[in-house]
Amino acid sequence: MTAPYTRSGRAKPASGRELAIWYLMRVTGAALFVFALTHFLIVHVLYDPAEQTASWIAEVRWSSTFWRAFDWSLLMLVLFHAFMGVRTVVVDYVRGGWRLLILSALYLLAGILFVLGTVVVLTLPVVPKG
Amino acid sequence: MTAPSQGNRMLLRYRGGEGMLAWAFHRISGVAVWAFVILHVIDIYLVGGNPEAYDELLAIYASPIGRVLETLLGAALLYHALNGLRIIVMDFWPALTRFHRQLWYLVWVVFVAIGLPVAWIILKPIWEGVPA
Repeated sequence: MTAPYTRSGRAKPASGRELAIWYLMRVTGAALFVFALTHFLIVHVLYDPAEQTASWIAEVRWSSTFWRAFDWSLLMLVLFHAFMGVRTVVVDYVRGGWRLLILSALYLLAGILFVLGTVVVLTLPVVPKG
Repeated sequence: MTAPSQGNRMLLRYRGGEGMLAWAFHRISGVAVWAFVILHVIDIYLVGGNPEAYDELLAIYASPIGRVLETLLGAALLYHALNGLRIIVMDFWPALTRFHRQLWYLVWVVFVAIGLPVAWIILKPIWEGVPA
């Protein structure tokens, strides 16, 4: 099979939904290479954390629709990639009823983060600087 | 339908080798970044819901301990990103799997080349004083 070719990635599933998830992990991973590293570069290198107050976010960081859309896209990518990744880890280590319980909690948490992140991106008022 | 205990065996019965270490680091760094994403979505929600609480949390992020943790987060993110590219390259170009070791060393070269200056920039305010 393909096992010898997977030195650190998950073995490629044969077909169906699992294969789709396998591809989507790689597609979102490649996109996150750009989105997540750009985000980290901005908030840890170009700006110092000490200056990133709530008003800085409203007045500077999220004063443009572009950066709100950028950060929301990053959130969508990371929610899929991180939660599907942790799902793989859970399936590797946990079986039976516990697996069902933990996976259910995992998807619930992903749903909550989707709502919280989307709400704040859409509703945080744009504050004119000054 | 994935093999349920494959990962379990691999982590518990260490047999060394770059491929195994690359896999273990990828998994650990991935879970670490996942955990931070949970915290990060909640803290950003506070910007709208409770700005004062956000600013208090931010002061922790900008403290010396916070900066060390940020550096570790950046290291986890950068390793996961670079090794993730290595996985993608090998998955879609299986011939390169022959060079998985060399690719992993390349990951570390780039990791150090990018990571050291970034760590310096994040940590510098600890001894130079935090900017106002």
